[in-house]
Amino acid sequence: MKVVILGAGISGHTAISFLAKHLSRKHEIIVVSPSKYYQWIPSNIWVGVGRMKVDQVRFKLAKLYEKWGVQFKQAKAVSIHPEGNDKIRTGYVSVEYTSENKKGISENVEYDFLVNATGPKLDFAATPGLGPDMHTLSVCTFSHAAQTWEELQKCIKLMQEGRKQRILIGTGHPTATCQGAAFEYMLNIVFELKLRGLYHLAEITWISNEYEMGDFGMGGAFIRRGGYTISTREFSESILAENHVRWIKRAGIYKVEHGKAFYETLNGEYKTVDFDFAMLLPSFSGQDIKAFDSIGRDINAKLFSPTGCMRVDADYTERPFEEWTVKDWPETYQNPLYKNIYAIGIAFAPPHSISKPRKSPNGTSIYATPIRTGMPSGVIGKIVGQNISEIIKYGTSGHKHKANMGRMGASCILSAGYSMRKGLGATMTVCPIVPDWERFPEWGRDINMTVGEIGLAGHWIKLFLHYMFMYKAKGHPFWWLIPE
Amino acid sequence: MKDDKDISAFRGEFYPPLPTKTTMFFRTNLLYQLYRFFMLNYKIMRIVIKGHS
Repeated sequence: MKVVILGAGISGHTAISFLAKHLSRKHEIIVVSPSKYYQWIPSNIWVGVGRMKVDQVRFKLAKLYEKWGVQFKQAKAVSIHPEGNDKIRTGYVSVEYTSENKKGISENVEYDFLVNATGPKLDFAATPGLGPDMHTLSVCTFSHAAQTWEELQKCIKLMQEGRKQRILIGTGHPTATCQGAAFEYMLNIVFELKLRGLYHLAEITWISNEYEMGDFGMGGAFIRRGGYTISTREFSESILAENHVRWIKRAGIYKVEHGKAFYETLNGEYKTVDFDFAMLLPSFSGQDIKAFDSIGRDINAKLFSPTGCMRVDADYTERPFEEWTVKDWPETYQNPLYKNIYAIGIAFAPPHSISKPRKSPNGTSIYATPIRTGMPSGVIGKIVGQNISEIIKYGTSGHKHKANMGRMGASCILSAGYSMRKGLGATMTVCPIVPDWERFPEWGRDINMTVGEIGLAGHWIKLFLHYMFMYKAKGHPFWWLIPE
Repeated sequence: MKDDKDISAFRGEFYPPLPTKTTMFFRTNLLYQLYRFFMLNYKIMRIVIKGHS
């Protein structure tokens, strides 16, 4: 049997590792990824403030895959042909090499099982003027984070000369997600400037498409603190207020020019905010992969959602927000039309958002789209790897392993300063990720499993997780004992 | 009263709860944070175990 995995990020690499562990070498595992590196994305934040070097958050994949008996093609997927064609009887993927020695060469890679783990396309183009090639910065990849650190150093130098700097951090599109990453980058900048005694020269503004602070693309959460059950709104606003950070919420940035971001508010007003340094996250969409049937007809609409993410076993029936349930969310990540295709991590199309969708009077959608990063991506990658292995080994047709985001919990450790003695981290856990109002009618989640606190322990945990997950990703002895 | 007069109680950041000196102290107190490190890891492990199929 031949299993092809598109992408070697957190989810894809996890699936690959379990496939390699469970399948004998008579089966072929082929990885197609445009980058020669694996990167531990959560630590890019520390690259962006100069606390880690790029090589601390990445490693080359080829050697590891050779050890695991996995074929590695440094290439990008161009099109999927699930029915094959008149010459190729099985499904295949057309790929184009990105490696230096084979750049531009195309190849058809046949498969018996296909796992789409391509991750998000960082859609900077959706906001004119956004992105590292234009007027703002990003920490979405290790190269972006390294560039951001270079720019931050220039900003720090100007402050050392006594010049005030306006720093803008947040989301750069009305439906962007991953607010947590931007939030922790902002907290790291605060920490670094305080450490250098420059904080009085910084005017930091947080801008976000969230309806309320602390939404984080999961509709917010409730936590128990100081004898009260409070929302993550109070938790997040408290952190901002404590650090004298101004915040703008319910804002959709639609254009960026040199030193100026243009945004529309949920009540339909058009405003601007000036900056000297801006780190704004783009919107995510599916990768630009086409799909064709056996006679070459375009079947993109069947295989992908309008955002380019792949359809899986979710319920995509359009319903009002009040009728959404956790049952809408997928469990096996199998494509309903082609049963030998799976989509994991950010590549699968969620049935809907987790936060309530909202529109401005001008018709612009301004809300946080659902998070699917880190822990859930790893768990989903693992169960898909395990299920495919068992189908191949035992010929079973069902899926023993399931992972519904309406049952699965997640922990999110937001770094708030890198130092073993004075560092800080905000630890947040929620269970389940998607609120289940039937099981937990009061708070939507298990309040006893939900945590939100800030302290040095959070930094230690984040650092511990960095080394632990890099160890696991490198396939060192007993890597499989480390949970996702 | 002039509109632009800066009164702290009118600022957005006046409304959220702010940490006291004691809270700030315990955030970086080694002994307390060591205890929290193990407690938080325990809570995270509970979620990890429950979260897997």
